[in-house]
Amino acid sequence: MPSIVMTVNGKSVSGEVEGRTLLVQFLREDLGLTGTHVGCDTSQCGACVVLMNGDSVKACTVLAASADGAEVQTIEGMANADGSLGVIQQAFQDNHGLQCGFCTPGMVMSAADLLRHNASPSDAEIREWLEGNICRCTGYHNIVKSIQAAAASLSA
Amino acid sequence: MPKDQGIGASSLRREDVRFLTGKGQYTDDINRPGQAYAYFLRSDVAHGTINGVDTTAASAAPGVLRVFTAADLEGVGGIPCGWLITDKNGDPMKEPKHPILAEGKVNHVGDPIAVVVAESLNQARDAAELIDPDISELAAVIDMRAAISGGPAVHTEAPDNICYDWDFVAENKDAVAEAIAGAHHVTTLELVNNRMVTNPMEPRAAIGEYDAARGEHTLYTTSQNPHLTRLLMGAFVLSIPEHKLRVVAPDVGGGFGCKIAHYAEEAFVTWAAKEVGRPVKWTADRSEAFISDTHGRDHVTKVELALDENGKFLAYRSTTLANMGAYLSTFSTCVPTWLHGILLAGNYTTPLIFTNVKAVFTNTVPVDASRGAGRPEATFQLERTIDKAAREMGIDPIELRRRNFIAADAFPYQTPVAVAYDTGNYQATMDKAVAMADLDGFAARKAESAARGKLRGLGIVHYIEACGIAPSALVGSLGARAGLYEAATVRVNPTGSVSVFTGSHSHGQGHETTFAQVVAEMLGCDEANVDIVHGDTARIPFGMGTYGSRSLAVGGSAIHRAVEKIIAKAKKIAAHLMEASDADVSFANGQFTVAGTDKSVDWGTVALTAYVPHNFPHDTLEPGLEETSFYDPANFTYPAGAYICEVEVDAETGKVEIQSFIAADDFGNIVNPMIVEGQVHGGIAHGLGQALLEHCIYDSDGQLVSASYMDYAMPRADDLPNFTVDHSCNTPCTHNPLGAKGCGEAGAIGSPPTLVNAVVDALSDHGVTHIDMPLTPSRVWAAIQAAK
Repeated sequence: MPSIVMTVNGKSVSGEVEGRTLLVQFLREDLGLTGTHVGCDTSQCGACVVLMNGDSVKACTVLAASADGAEVQTIEGMANADGSLGVIQQAFQDNHGLQCGFCTPGMVMSAADLLRHNASPSDAEIREWLEGNICRCTGYHNIVKSIQAAAASLSA
Repeated sequence: MPKDQGIGASSLRREDVRFLTGKGQYTDDINRPGQAYAYFLRSDVAHGTINGVDTTAASAAPGVLRVFTAADLEGVGGIPCGWLITDKNGDPMKEPKHPILAEGKVNHVGDPIAVVVAESLNQARDAAELIDPDISELAAVIDMRAAISGGPAVHTEAPDNICYDWDFVAENKDAVAEAIAGAHHVTTLELVNNRMVTNPMEPRAAIGEYDAARGEHTLYTTSQNPHLTRLLMGAFVLSIPEHKLRVVAPDVGGGFGCKIAHYAEEAFVTWAAKEVGRPVKWTADRSEAFISDTHGRDHVTKVELALDENGKFLAYRSTTLANMGAYLSTFSTCVPTWLHGILLAGNYTTPLIFTNVKAVFTNTVPVDASRGAGRPEATFQLERTIDKAAREMGIDPIELRRRNFIAADAFPYQTPVAVAYDTGNYQATMDKAVAMADLDGFAARKAESAARGKLRGLGIVHYIEACGIAPSALVGSLGARAGLYEAATVRVNPTGSVSVFTGSHSHGQGHETTFAQVVAEMLGCDEANVDIVHGDTARIPFGMGTYGSRSLAVGGSAIHRAVEKIIAKAKKIAAHLMEASDADVSFANGQFTVAGTDKSVDWGTVALTAYVPHNFPHDTLEPGLEETSFYDPANFTYPAGAYICEVEVDAETGKVEIQSFIAADDFGNIVNPMIVEGQVHGGIAHGLGQALLEHCIYDSDGQLVSASYMDYAMPRADDLPNFTVDHSCNTPCTHNPLGAKGCGEAGAIGSPPTLVNAVVDALSDHGVTHIDMPLTPSRVWAAIQAAK
């Protein structure tokens, strides 16, 4: 089995994985980082989105072995150093941008990538960006609002 | 100035912190020491006889602990149905066995045939590929009309594939026929309420565990109602008494009805954990969810609405075929009957109503509740038909509805379909929606759209809903095999903090916040001093769970009653401490006072006294401060509201774009406006998904064609607009202590006909009078071409 080493949320981690092990399995099962969720098996729902080398990726569609050497950031790495909610997380709470919470980690990670590319997106740009993240609870209205609020906070 | 605490405050949700930091605990996040993994081999044919299942190779595969088929499940019962419907002839419905694993026959694609339990999921999955079931395929029956017209029988117990043939209200049948025959105008409409896959984002999962030393079973599961699962699985399937069976439903990633039912996988892992002597875990992947979660809707309906020359509704008749799928899921049978027929009066004074519902077995996945459950089907047929009638009679659709509304001073209002509405003011919600929608500007907007080559349409609906299904005595007489109360225990801890144990289950609704607001309001304390515990039969005395928008109206009322008992006892303790008579003690803002004196004692002192009862009225009270309530409502609640949607249709491509969506709802009293608005947003999106995108399609062989998110169109962010919602028109419920009605399903009930009415309005100049959902570009384009 291949040995892999990567940086997850700023910490170096290693493990031995089967060739078919997915990044999301490595995160959830080997590292116990269960904040990253699996909502489908066709790379559609986006519940598993993490940042890999700064870009959002669907961790269900990345082999763990191909993340060898990468910098990975998950929802567990999004809070401030003192443990308080990070800007995007806080914006989601303030604007009721989540209900059951299952899609939420993927939404937050996807939003983080969007706001790095586009500091002041329009509603339409946010909605287009989230095309790969499905939510059944919120109707997206408050997710869009949350991301707008996060954008405003980050540029303030 | 909005409140910042208690009832009426938009308190931020406390549960969000764990969900936003990756610390939620969903069932698949749980791993038990030594756990093994289950993988279900499912039928890939819709109908067939099982000649044998050779598990030899699989049993010998690496890591495999055991392979199970139905033959191994001796003594395990079938999954029970929770509601007995009586046929129009007085016969009980046909109730074929719903086995945990297929017995002798498979009846739908996805029907489980065998299970591999192995050291790892990959090993279980690999071994399942080595199982070779010998199945002789039988002709499948998928279409309901074919099923009841001599199609192959799914079950020998129902040779005509009819589960029940139900008339309601049977005594009205002749009078309705007479009224329709003699009416000035009769509008008819045939429509399909499309089958949906409910699709909460968390796939189902279950972990069974057995403690041999104590003889105790534990099931962790993705359920909306852990106590109900314990009751059904313990009493009917596995014969495990309640005191030896714990069911935990931890954080659950959405339910929307498809996590109400008790499922085969839950029973299997609970049973298998004892068999293999290890915890057994199963997690569905999404493809598996599509062929094993209960589906929703799937009605074919014909409606006739009789009107007089002024547009007054005289009589309403509908006939519906309701798909049950291959087996009866937990609440499947009551959805097209008691959750559907009783809503056919809508908001209107129609004096005569009759419906016939035939529930039909087909070789498809079982159909059960899905956000709204029966009520969306009722509202859809009624509001589509009214819209068609308005067009046929040349009456404005808002005006036609207004002419027939039950007047605000007519409540309580007894409908001709059994239920009595307690409160409502439908003119007010219609007024509110109309005001929000700027209807005066519609003509200009339509002209502006036309200038761009687009057809603009306006859709209007006024829906009614029945939430918090109750009371137990009534539902029992209608065939329910359970009570429909809710339980709550409120425990005041010695230092005054409060732990609330509720039988309601939160899977996105925010109960941990809302229920704490109710308690904090009543006790005059900080919300942070109130903790809400749910989802574990070992911690909660009892419960019926969360569905039918019942949690605040029923579960919240149980908490309210328990807190009232707490206050009553606390007053007696306070009276003793202040040497006053009980009747003279008042309680407000966390302080007990005696009228006309400066005596007072605070909440914390009373709480501590209850547990350190040195100076305590022992002759009349027991120590402690903990109370339980089982609240059994007197009636359903009846939320209602007006929805208005504007769409733009591209006649060249058939593409529909939603320009605006407005909702004016009456939910009675509201505890947390922020959460209520979120519930409405989600419900509207769910309904618009059904109306515009989602369609569960079987081919004629019974293969589920739309079995992944590649093929089944879930609404995405860029399919939907921002919504404009209002809940200021409140007529509080008169029979529960909170005055609350429920808000979780309203959006999904009201929005589908609103969208369809809008598109038909846009296309009315082309002669289009109806399009069945979902209004995909191809269907809209085809309707335009067909009408030419």
